[in-house]
Amino acid sequence: MTNTAFPLGPISSVSGSTVVLPGDDIDTDRIIPARFLKCVSFDGLGAQAFADDRSELKGDHPFDRPEHQGASILLANRNFGCGSSREHAPQALMRWGIRAIVAESYAEIFFGNCLALGIPCLGAEHSVMLAIQAAATAEPSRQFQLDVAAASLSDGQQSWPLELGSGPRQMLLSGQWNGTAQLIANASALEATAARLPYLGSFAAS
Amino acid sequence: MQQWQRRPGFRLVDSIGSSALSSGTLYDKVWDLHQVAELPGGSTQLFIGLHLIHEVTSPQAFTGIRDLGLGVRHPERTVATVDHIVPTSSQARPFADPLAEEMLVTLERNCSEHGITLHGLGSGRQGIVHVIAPELGLTQPGMTVACGDSHTSTHGAFGAIAFGIGTSQVRDVLASQSLAMNKLKVKRIWVAGALQRGVYAKDLVLHVIRQLGVKAGVGYAYEFAGPAIEALSMEERMTICNMAIEGGARCGYVNPDATTFAYLKGREYAPAGEAWARAVAWWSSLASGPEAVFDAEERFDASSIAPTVTWGINPAQAIGVDENVPSLGETEPNERPLTEEAYRYMGLAPGTPIAGLAVDVCFIGSCTNGRLSDLQAAAAVAKGRQVAPGIKAFVVPGSEQVAAAAIAEGLDGLFREAGFEWREPGCSMCLAMNPDRLEGRQISASSSNRNFKGRQGSASGRTLLMSPAMVAAAAINGKVTDVRALLNA
Ligand code: SF4
Repeated sequence: MTNTAFPLGPISSVSGSTVVLPGDDIDTDRIIPARFLKCVSFDGLGAQAFADDRSELKGDHPFDRPEHQGASILLANRNFGCGSSREHAPQALMRWGIRAIVAESYAEIFFGNCLALGIPCLGAEHSVMLAIQAAATAEPSRQFQLDVAAASLSDGQQSWPLELGSGPRQMLLSGQWNGTAQLIANASALEATAARLPYLGSFAAS
Repeated sequence: MQQWQRRPGFRLVDSIGSSALSSGTLYDKVWDLHQVAELPGGSTQLFIGLHLIHEVTSPQAFTGIRDLGLGVRHPERTVATVDHIVPTSSQARPFADPLAEEMLVTLERNCSEHGITLHGLGSGRQGIVHVIAPELGLTQPGMTVACGDSHTSTHGAFGAIAFGIGTSQVRDVLASQSLAMNKLKVKRIWVAGALQRGVYAKDLVLHVIRQLGVKAGVGYAYEFAGPAIEALSMEERMTICNMAIEGGARCGYVNPDATTFAYLKGREYAPAGEAWARAVAWWSSLASGPEAVFDAEERFDASSIAPTVTWGINPAQAIGVDENVPSLGETEPNERPLTEEAYRYMGLAPGTPIAGLAVDVCFIGSCTNGRLSDLQAAAAVAKGRQVAPGIKAFVVPGSEQVAAAAIAEGLDGLFREAGFEWREPGCSMCLAMNPDRLEGRQISASSSNRNFKGRQGSASGRTLLMSPAMVAAAAINGKVTDVRALLNA
């Protein structure tokens, strides 16, 4: 686990070493088993990330292996983060030290939860992902640079093209991924929307 | 719930008669009506008509608004209950589990501090959030409904756009009654024909997920339509929409119709009196019209569906009760690593018939299948029979209202006589955040919605998803059983 500060403000790049989690459909129950949801604060979740997978593998899980301690970029495959909507999952990853994810695809709620925490989730084609994972596996200490604006990942020697929608990209680059203030600022538009929804007025006669 | 301040000059007919409402899918119409603004970054600020909260995903969100110095913008549009962590054997306070007690105390404090209605234990209205909001009449057609829980898709059964959100988004809804969202595409799931006796909504939705996979819905809302869907009761429609998320669709919905209106009429929070007719007119106007265009469509025939059971570790790894665990060759090439993982985890070899597989625990409940009609269907199988020796079987009603209705019909006694335990309402062993859990490698027959590894409280525990009637049949025979044989006996 790292002590890097949590994301704040505009996020244009993430650099660091990687941790590879091979396999499709890694669901949020695996990322953080339900029993750890019994908490009123997210603080302790980093140590509990992948708790069951880790105890099953008795120290051989990527999150336990010494070469991945301090990693900040998670490399995964298809449909990462499927299942339960629990934000505890990205919170656990973030508190373990993850600051960006590259995967072939993501479950939607998970993607949104990560964005709301300032954790960029970039996509990679299958062959690209395999190439990145191979490079990372070959040399676990290798430092990678993820460029949000260019949507690419490089290790100093090679660069791989990634995918990131223009919306999330802009939100990360501008710092607006932390959008609560933005939502509140539109107070008059909120009022106007509320006023045209008949159920909010108990379907009163016009 | 308080009346909303209506702007002078507003006329309901404007929204009914506007061209935006005359075409398109229900999803498009509801989305358009709730649009607040375009946000930088291209997403849309969407107004949330009903915000449901519970003890697991709300505490950090309340901390979040407190940290930002904000309050709850519309406490009257926010409704709370406690469901995930409640024990189902005794609900006496304080709970034996201090962490569970702390979560409930935190929810109680947050609700009272912010003026939010909490349907707590013993109120007569407590239960699983996705069970109580419909039965109280809170969930209505044309609403946007959000909750920090992925099975919020359940509420789509009413023709609402309902979806699960994360805790940061719960914070956003508390603070602004809105969310930054991206519009989904709409895939119509058309189901012709009629379900056969012994085949239920749960089988239908497991069959759809089996055929399409757990990723087919990503980026889509599922509109469930067609004669088989129209014939379903509201409770059955809730079962279908509940599991839309298991097919990858963040929301699923059914167009509102006479069945919807009949269900809502007279419920506590439903419109009444003069407002009722206006509500029905508005709700009706929202349904997808014949000219609606869908981004994709899949077609099914309900009459060909058998009772369906999962054998693996995701809800798409499902087969008819008369089938065998598939061989690798029968699965999609890119599914094979997961299939092999499922053989290993479940301890099942390809080619094994699923019928006859011995089970240890039988669980009837959850937001998928914990409603009165689910308990009735299971009771019809259990009646006059006995749970097989060595099997732990228990029934957890989805809410206090469901429990009261079931008790009024004598279902609690019927289940007890058959050897089932009758419990207090809550989520229970659906995800085992309370004391109800599998031990070691136990196998459960479960009417819930997720068979993920470790889902039911034991890291090596195994789950077979099926309908409540099939769970009852498994309890009686101690093994996976085609419920049709018992119904015809
Ligand atoms: S019953 Fe299960 S799926 Fe439904 S809300 Fe409770 S834990 Fe979630």
